[in-house]
Amino acid sequence: MPIHSLLDATVVNTANNYFPIGVQLLFAAGFVATMLIMSALLGPKRKTSDKLANFESGIEITGNARQPMAIKYFLVAILFVLFDVEVIFFYPYAVNFRELGWAGFGAVAMFVGFFIVGFTYIIKKGALIWED
Amino acid sequence: MIVLAFDFALFLEKLILIAVVIFGSLGVALYTTFAERKVAAILQDRRGPNRAGPFGLLQPFADGLKLVFKEEIIPNTSNKTLFIMGPGLAMTAALMTSAVLPWGNKVELFDRTIALQIADVNIGMLYVFAVVSMGVYGIMIGGWASNNKFSLMAALRGASQAISYELAMGLSLIALVMVTGSLSLKTIVEQQMLPGHLWNIAYQPLGFLLFLVCAFAECNRTPFDLPEAENELNFGYHQEYSSMKLGFYLFAEYVNMFISSAIMATIYFGGYDIPFLDESKISPNIAAILGIGALMTKIIIFIFVFMWVRWTIPRFRYDQLMNLGWKKMVPLALANMLLTGAIILWLQGK
Repeated sequence: MPIHSLLDATVVNTANNYFPIGVQLLFAAGFVATMLIMSALLGPKRKTSDKLANFESGIEITGNARQPMAIKYFLVAILFVLFDVEVIFFYPYAVNFRELGWAGFGAVAMFVGFFIVGFTYIIKKGALIWED
Repeated sequence: MIVLAFDFALFLEKLILIAVVIFGSLGVALYTTFAERKVAAILQDRRGPNRAGPFGLLQPFADGLKLVFKEEIIPNTSNKTLFIMGPGLAMTAALMTSAVLPWGNKVELFDRTIALQIADVNIGMLYVFAVVSMGVYGIMIGGWASNNKFSLMAALRGASQAISYELAMGLSLIALVMVTGSLSLKTIVEQQMLPGHLWNIAYQPLGFLLFLVCAFAECNRTPFDLPEAENELNFGYHQEYSSMKLGFYLFAEYVNMFISSAIMATIYFGGYDIPFLDESKISPNIAAILGIGALMTKIIIFIFVFMWVRWTIPRFRYDQLMNLGWKKMVPLALANMLLTGAIILWLQGK
């Protein structure tokens, strides 16, 4: 196969191409459900209230796990959403960048510049400092 | 509607291929657990499991059966639906990634040409990303539904670790897409097979290194196994689980390891390409068998690297992990991307 046809990223995909993925999803989910049900049926059922209590660390439980968590984790999640969207923007560019040439490269370099400004801002703000 | 008019033979062919791939990856994962214990034993000068069957080869089946026949406990204070959904989701997501991987070129059977790939979609790489991100839900839901403080903490750690490294992973792959110009995994392999074209590792050494580190983090493998840091969090996010649900969590990790090894072999090491051999000169069926063998060899080498690292390098501290992910990997991947782009355009002379 000549290289230019391999580099042609505009191969048309129809719903037919995705059909096997749907079949695989059904297959995988079916397998998982069967195994879960099977083990639920096959295992012994001698439940006592002590067994059904949360194990946690083996000693008696104090308090409940449904309580506020450290804000840091939420911050990381929000920052991820923010930056991942920017990362996804790079993909269409990466597929087409040979045709776009230096002009496209300049535009993306600018975009990366904005990315880095935002990135530096959050780091300077201390969003990723984990030691208090 | 034309979309629904499909070839029944094609459907059957895909169904068989799906069954082979899914049970194949489960089988490999099963024996990876065994290999891990053996490798650990060799590295620590022990014998490892050697009682069940010759050389302990039946050990993984013994372990699996034990998990199936154990009593299933769902803690009273947990959220029952989510508690069951967690491991199911983790396992389903782990089994879905293999859909877009090319396992070989094609075989000719019963006058039909069968492509050894479940679905050749032109967004293959994005599909892999989408499914890999689904794995986070398994950890997060399981940890939260347990209503256990340790599980919750482990789940939060695991989720924020996975999403942090996904960022660097996405960036490291952009440079690769610039080299290949395509997101289809089949096309990426075919390009690497072309005469005069080296494997992508030769063009993207830094990209590969970044991807490898991210793969370790995404699979929650040492040195990034913070969600399972047993000396601080007991058993991690699957603390409250028992029976097959626990089995699914542990098993999903090994399936993920197999799949990420397969992805690395495919995109950086030529997939089913056999070095120094022109596959077009031999008959397609023999080429397919040899190709699958070559791919499996590459995968096994990667799985060994995963184990080797696990038994060599100690675990990171959490802040070190986040610093590495955000402050080192992301800028490095960005620099790699810009450098790759500039070099390709310069060579192209446009």
